[in-house]
Parts: sequence; C-alpha cells; structure tokens
Amino acid sequence: MANDVKPRVKVPKSAKAGEAVVLKTLISHPMESGQRKDSKGELIPRSIINRFTCDFNGKNVIDVTLEPAISTNPYIEFEAVVAEAGEFKFTWYDDDGSVYEDSKPIEVA
Amino acid sequence: MILSRREALVLALGSVAAAAIPLPALASVEEAVAAFTGGAAVTEGAGVTLTAPEIAENGNTVPISVDAPGASAIMVLAAGNPTPAVATFNFGELAGAHMASTRIRLSKTQDVIAIAKLADGSFVRTSSEVKVTIGGCGG
Repeated sequence: MANDVKPRVKVPKSAKAGEAVVLKTLISHPMESGQRKDSKGELIPRSIINRFTCDFNGKNVIDVTLEPAISTNPYIEFEAVVAEAGEFKFTWYDDDGSVYEDSKPIEVA
Repeated sequence: MILSRREALVLALGSVAAAAIPLPALASVEEAVAAFTGGAAVTEGAGVTLTAPEIAENGNTVPISVDAPGASAIMVLAAGNPTPAVATFNFGELAGAHMASTRIRLSKTQDVIAIAKLADGSFVRTSSEVKVTIGGCGG
C-alpha cells in the first residue's frame, strides 16, 4: 500500500476553442518495481500505478499503460484539444486496487 | 591440444562474453512487439519521433518524449531492462498533437525503442541509444 499519494495536475485556466493545450500530471508514488531487494535480501513486492487515463467531458484524451520501468512519482505530459468549456478528469489506477482522481475545469475564451 | 596460459585466458574471456549476451531480453522484446502489432510488419523510420538524452547520468529518471502525428497508440520499450515494457500511450479522440512525455528507468546503457500504430493501421518504429552512468533498477 502506497502512502501519501498526492496527484498534481497543471491545466491552463482558459484556452481558445479548438486549441491544443498541454497538460502536465504528476502523482507522488514510490512505483516499487518488484526488482529491488530489502536489507535482508528479500524481494520487495511490486507496487505501482499501472494505468492512467484522462477524459474531457466524458471523452477520452489519453489512456496510458504504465510498467515498472516508469520512474518514481510518475510524470506524464500530453496534449488535448479543447472545443468547449468543461472539466478534465484524471484517474490513476494502483496495483492494490486504489483509484486516485483529480479534476480541473477549463474555460474557453 | 596444449594451450599456453595466454591462449587459455583468451578462450575463457571469449566464452564469458558470449554467455553475457542477453538473449532472453531480446526474445521478450520481440514478444512485446508481437503482442502490440499482432504480428504485422513494422517499418523503420518516418512517422514516429523518440526524444531521449544521449547520456543519462541517473538511470532512475530518464526524461523521454514520443511523438507520432495521427498515431492511435505508441509503445515504448527498453531493450536492456529486466522487463522491456515501459509504457503504452493510447490516444483518445480529444488528443491534441499525438505526443507524450514521461520519465523512465533504465538499468544500463541500452536502446530505447518506440513503436507507433499509425492511423492507417501500419506500424513504424524508431530507437535511440541512451548511455546510462548509474543504473536505475536498484538492487
């Protein structure tokens, strides 16, 4: 179980209709790869975020499958086209079944 | 056949080097590619761009970026990692430029491979060698 998981996302406050905006997301998570050993030489079990999705007004923007080779505190940057004002919904899926969510509104200028 | 000490040493080193070539890792790269493409042919070159540093001092966080205009999905592989799969980006209908950046772990100096599934269903791949000073798999 990962503690202190805190998602952070950066979304512009407003955009022009039809414009592509850059979204940056980061979530604090150890992303334990399952390859490391502890001080007793025993393998530390894998515990990672295995999937990340972003939706805008119910439509999918990106769906990422993460593997243990993604660094601690996974950072993902991507672009989305904004046609109307609405809300971005970000979802992270943990190996242990936890789901972390965040959302950010955006206006169309 | 009698070997001099020097010849014996050369032979021994040669067999060690041969044993060190990571055949299993290569096989699983091919498996991962086949799982992604469904056995379709993959062409080298135009259509997908992989941006990775030439030298990464810390293999724990290597910033990479992939870009493939019009692609529906991009898979990233690290050929020299214990498990080569890194990430698969599936772009939805609202994706802007079909690019994504993230930070990955690399265990040693190796090739990073990006394979994109283009809009017409064909696959293109590109790769980039990253020199890693300190490996990022702990251990």
